[in-house]
Amino acid sequence: MFTFVALKIRYMAKDKDDIIEDVTGGEYKYGFVTNIETETIGKGLSEDVVRLISKKKEEPEWMLEFRLKAYRHWLTLEVPTWAYLDMPEIDYQDVIYYAAPKQTEDKEWDDVDPELKDTFNKLGIPLEEQMALSGIAVDAVMDSVSVKTTFKETLAEKGIIFCSFSEAVIHHPDLVQKYLGKVVSYRDNFYAALNSAVFSDGSFCYIPKGVRCPMELSTYFRINAAETGQFERTLIVAEDDSYVSYLEGCTAPQRDENQLHAAIVEIIAMDNAEVKYSTVQNWYPGNKEGKGGIFNFVTKRGLCEGVNSRITWTQVETGSAITWKYPSTILKGDGSSSEFYSVAVTNNHQQADTGSKMIHIGNNTKSTIVSKGISAGKSRNSYRGLVKVAKDCKGARNFSQCDSLLLGDECGAHTFPYLDVQNPSAMVEHEATTSKIGEDQLFYCNQRGISTEDAIGLIVNGYAKEVINKMPMEFAVEAQKLLQISLEGSVG
Amino acid sequence: MLVIKDLHAKIGDKEILKGINLEVKPGEVHAIMGPNGAGKSTLSSVLAGREVFDVTKGEVTFEGKNLLELPAEDRAREGIFMSFQYPVEIPGVSTVNFLKTAVNEHRKYKGIDPLSAGDFLKLMREKQALVQMDAKLMNRSVNEGFSGGEKKKNEIFQMAMLEPKLSILDETDSGLDIDALRIVSNGVNVLKTPETSTIVITHYQRLLDYIVPDVVHVLYDGRIVKTAGKELVAELEEKGYDWIKKEIEGK
Repeated sequence: MFTFVALKIRYMAKDKDDIIEDVTGGEYKYGFVTNIETETIGKGLSEDVVRLISKKKEEPEWMLEFRLKAYRHWLTLEVPTWAYLDMPEIDYQDVIYYAAPKQTEDKEWDDVDPELKDTFNKLGIPLEEQMALSGIAVDAVMDSVSVKTTFKETLAEKGIIFCSFSEAVIHHPDLVQKYLGKVVSYRDNFYAALNSAVFSDGSFCYIPKGVRCPMELSTYFRINAAETGQFERTLIVAEDDSYVSYLEGCTAPQRDENQLHAAIVEIIAMDNAEVKYSTVQNWYPGNKEGKGGIFNFVTKRGLCEGVNSRITWTQVETGSAITWKYPSTILKGDGSSSEFYSVAVTNNHQQADTGSKMIHIGNNTKSTIVSKGISAGKSRNSYRGLVKVAKDCKGARNFSQCDSLLLGDECGAHTFPYLDVQNPSAMVEHEATTSKIGEDQLFYCNQRGISTEDAIGLIVNGYAKEVINKMPMEFAVEAQKLLQISLEGSVG
Repeated sequence: MLVIKDLHAKIGDKEILKGINLEVKPGEVHAIMGPNGAGKSTLSSVLAGREVFDVTKGEVTFEGKNLLELPAEDRAREGIFMSFQYPVEIPGVSTVNFLKTAVNEHRKYKGIDPLSAGDFLKLMREKQALVQMDAKLMNRSVNEGFSGGEKKKNEIFQMAMLEPKLSILDETDSGLDIDALRIVSNGVNVLKTPETSTIVITHYQRLLDYIVPDVVHVLYDGRIVKTAGKELVAELEEKGYDWIKKEIEGK
């Protein structure tokens, strides 16, 4: 069909122009709102709201039961306060839990609301071009409802299922029922319970035995209507000997009110399967005074169920007013392995409490954590990690490295590493560094004709190189762009 | 090319430059010597545009432009290059990438198209040969783990790549052994043209044996107190700076 190399070159060339445009632009580029009629349920959460959501999505009984169980459990829980974060109190009754653009499911692509299409174009994902050129199947989620899933047919030939979560509930109920909540139970935490009750939509991906997914799978998110929480739910299942690389990229418009984003991502990898999950996140971070911005409270977890299975998490997080997430892996299968590579940037008044948990249960399991934090402005950036080795787990290996880079003298970087090792055969290493960009380094660059903004970009990208190199190329380019833009105005 | 009139500069509350007057014409090599604390490094930092110093009085004109109005990166793009006494390390940024960015910034400023990767590599190899720079250092991070001599050679290599109009060599000889000194000096000499100028800041005669100055100045207590031809160097080496100090106090 399309040669993969040619596609990548074309994609790269397009991005180069984007880079120049974006870097000289500076301001949060995606700050606009689409005036599409959205159908919203009134504010507040109750059992009736949960039933209404389920009814609107035409869900089967078992799905409604799942939601109700989660909702009832949520009512018994209290907001967790152990994170190193300054959080305003959220009134959960002051949130709208469902907003879908008026859209009938059976429309042809040509009939799709032109304003909707325009929104996607502004966000830089012209679906037509993506379909024709990039070979990346895109599942675009717009305010809780998937608008379009492309390449379904191509993937279907290989038996790969890649569709919206809502569709999966209706068309692949057995698969969803089998795996939903097995990695992140609704009992796991406050936000997991909330998500399980009111999740709007997300992606479902299933790779059958022995199949190697030939293209990067990608999802694109957007929060639009005011006071709508985004509650995505993603489930990825990779059967024996399969492979998939999944990209998640998000933007959100400029709003004054804080917006809640409590998502769940579950990944299951069977024998010898490999799942790569990459994220570039630049949700609206709030303005320079710290007003507004997204609250990003996410539970992401992978289960290496099978022998020699492998799950890799790669993330570049530059947005959100508050980021609270720990992509984690349970290493159950013998010989399974997991890697976590992260660059988290905080500027102005942003806060992040993020890291990873690696739970070693099976024998000879391996994990790697490389976390690069960059703090600027008055922000607060914390790494929190857990490496746990179970009593009967033999031959576990872990290497963790958490580095902090401070720009200026009003920001903070903190580390909370937890090592819980119950078996004497385990080898667990932890390294940490803290560094600053010195005025003398910036002046050296200036004296060679490089502006301070560009110098910071060079130095920060050099610092984050190890993580960025792990990302699929298209994402790596956007990530580098993002790093530079998110640190503008942080000279000091 | 460079005209400095009555330049005063301070850092914090301390005044360091107390009225510098200097004129450098195209093709000239000026040496600035003087005891520690005289203000030699301050002068080079102020010319390069380091913001930690405040200019309180005076004018500096470079190629007819008011230099003091320009930020450091523009001064560099106008054609001023400073070889640092203590070149700083920049981990994570490869020398190749760093120089490519610098070279293309200079070109952009002048309205020329940036160099393609291929052309840039060709330029690099050419200049490496010219100043005897070890190619193996190119893929390492800027100055990271470089020996003193390698750092200074890297400064001259960068000078070769950026082709400045005015080079300011701030104590380039400090930390160099005899062989490194010869190689570095050779690099500087090879790059000299009748249109370009050099200011060499140093304590010692030896460097000036290799990079021969047209004019020699002595900087003392924030002012240029003596200007003469290259014979002054030998006289200073013989008599030290006390002789100058006495001469001034005597006046």
